Amino acid sequence: MPEQKMLTKRIGDINPLSIKDALEKGTYKQLEKALKMNRIDLIDEVEKANLRGRGGAGFPMHIKMMSTAKQESTPKYVVCNADEGEPGNFKDRYLMENDPHIILEGILIAAYATGASKGYFYIRGEYNQAISIMKWAIEEAKENGLLGTGIQGSDFDFDIEIRTGAGSYVVGEEFAMIESIEGKSGRTRVKPPFPTDEGVFGKPTLLNNVETYCNLPFIVDMGGENYSKIGTKTSTGTKLISLSGNVTNPGVYEVPFGTTVREVIEDLGGGVPNEHKIKMVQLGGACGPIIPEFMLDLQIDFERFEEFESKTGAGAIIVMDERQDLFEVLMRIVKFFQHESCGRCTPCREGHVHLEKLVHSFFKGDGNPNELYSLESLARVMHHSSLCGLGQSSPISIISSLSYFRDAFHDRMAFGGGEK
Amino acid sequence: MQLKEVLDKYPQSEDYLIEILMDYQKHKMHHDLTEEELKTIAKHLDIKESRVSSVVTFYSLFSLEPKGRHVIQVCHDVPCHVNNQTAVLNTLKTMLNIDVGQTTDDEMFTLEYTSCLGACDKAPVMRIGEKTFMNLTSNKVKAIIAEYRGRKHA
Ligand SMILES: Cc1cc2nc3c(=O)[nH]c(=O)nc-3n(C[C@H](O)[C@H](O)[C@H](O)COP(=O)(O)O)c2cc1C
Ligand code: SF4
Ligand code: FES
Repeated sequence: MPEQKMLTKRIGDINPLSIKDALEKGTYKQLEKALKMNRIDLIDEVEKANLRGRGGAGFPMHIKMMSTAKQESTPKYVVCNADEGEPGNFKDRYLMENDPHIILEGILIAAYATGASKGYFYIRGEYNQAISIMKWAIEEAKENGLLGTGIQGSDFDFDIEIRTGAGSYVVGEEFAMIESIEGKSGRTRVKPPFPTDEGVFGKPTLLNNVETYCNLPFIVDMGGENYSKIGTKTSTGTKLISLSGNVTNPGVYEVPFGTTVREVIEDLGGGVPNEHKIKMVQLGGACGPIIPEFMLDLQIDFERFEEFESKTGAGAIIVMDERQDLFEVLMRIVKFFQHESCGRCTPCREGHVHLEKLVHSFFKGDGNPNELYSLESLARVMHHSSLCGLGQSSPISIISSLSYFRDAFHDRMAFGGGEK
Repeated sequence: MQLKEVLDKYPQSEDYLIEILMDYQKHKMHHDLTEEELKTIAKHLDIKESRVSSVVTFYSLFSLEPKGRHVIQVCHDVPCHVNNQTAVLNTLKTMLNIDVGQTTDDEMFTLEYTSCLGACDKAPVMRIGEKTFMNLTSNKVKAIIAEYRGRKHA
């Protein structure tokens, strides 16, 4: 299946540093149309489109929009999550660096629909170029009356500020992000209340991923019903895929939902270079499952991905060829999460210390059946009892490896293992 | 840049704490923040010093220890790893004659790991200060370090 470019259609064609160019190519036309619509009708279109979040969890967008819109407490906030810290993901950076105004248009439409007057655009601190480009785009939008008071001659007022991260992955989690925007350490909390009830400064807040907002102008343009025809029945629209690893043409690709992982790797990515063979693929990023070659005909859609009990919707595909060692890869993943754990809850804080020891044992070829058992139960405990998505999804790579590459664990046991 | 100049750039409100710290640390020769500076910032924003300290220790881009003039951060997550990141790291270690976490004797370079820099399609990747270098090979790394060493006061 070829690419289906919608969000990325103009990329390469448009100068990201020129609002004039963006305006000439039609950006902010859909905002103009949206501003003439009734707010609730607008959210109805998003519901018909069946737009689901692109940042990982796949939550229906219209539910969040409606619940923010209904709040009476003001001011209301819109937050754009551009923290993108999950290893293997770079599609939000691609959007920010190449077409900043499509993102701003999406955010403005969401703000209008929900009655928000202020926005925060949270970008990870390492993304220097994306930060400069977004800052520039915001300045240009202000100069052109697209931010501020009475936008496009309407009575809609909205302003947005950039906030930058300072090197923390967990801040990508919505509650941690809200803390960070308030200038605090990014620690998460138990929900409810949800951000739509109590978000930034305790006020109603709509918080979504960069790519999610980018879909709104297209929904306004073609109408929710037409939009919903793209993709599959239940996963509508397109998905940006960050393709990396041992692949000939790594990069960002936009495909309709329903495309298979194999199609992305082989047809778009040109397969594995130098006649190497695919050994395993990690889906979604560091928090996703590792699957073997024979499963690559898996469709990219929310339902299939949910079967892995993980929130792997952000859309990374990391290809690894036969030269790569599963245990070295698992070590990297465990270390990443151990480093990024905020330390607030025990299963995640203590769990990672033990997880590292256990994986290391197999890495050295010193594993034993008891450790295999401990690894499996620890991974499950962390998955089920950690407080936030970090600790819940960190063991997914291990749980999936234990299902699909079980022999590899036996091969790494001292004395050749016993259980087999 | 003086701390006061940075403080004056931002509204005097505690939610700007991270922005202020990031901005100020960037301008410092050895990329560190001192207790004295944290005190000044806390006073300016009218918040507790412990609040400032907890933020500085939570976020990995902040440092209380002085570092080399140029901080080299090598990405060590999976997409970089499977693209021969180890060769890049080894070249750096040999050229600088230090291990990860150390600073060269002349205080020119500090070598660190970083989490994924979101440039995995151009792996392997490293950052020096704010500049990202991609599609690295041992030879490219050698040229880059030689270039930095050649600069007088950069
Ligand atoms: C540890 C952790 C890190 C996350 N990082 C990100 C991120 O970088 N970007 C993102 O959009 N969502 C991230 N999320 C998901 C957010 O919590 C939230 O679900 C999402 O931003 C909502 O937007 P969406 O509905 O448009 O996907 C992360 C979640 C967790 C648990
Ligand atoms: S799961 Fe990990 S990151 Fe999340 S709250 Fe617990 S310790 Fe913090
Ligand atoms: S893994 Fe190195 S840049 Fe993403």
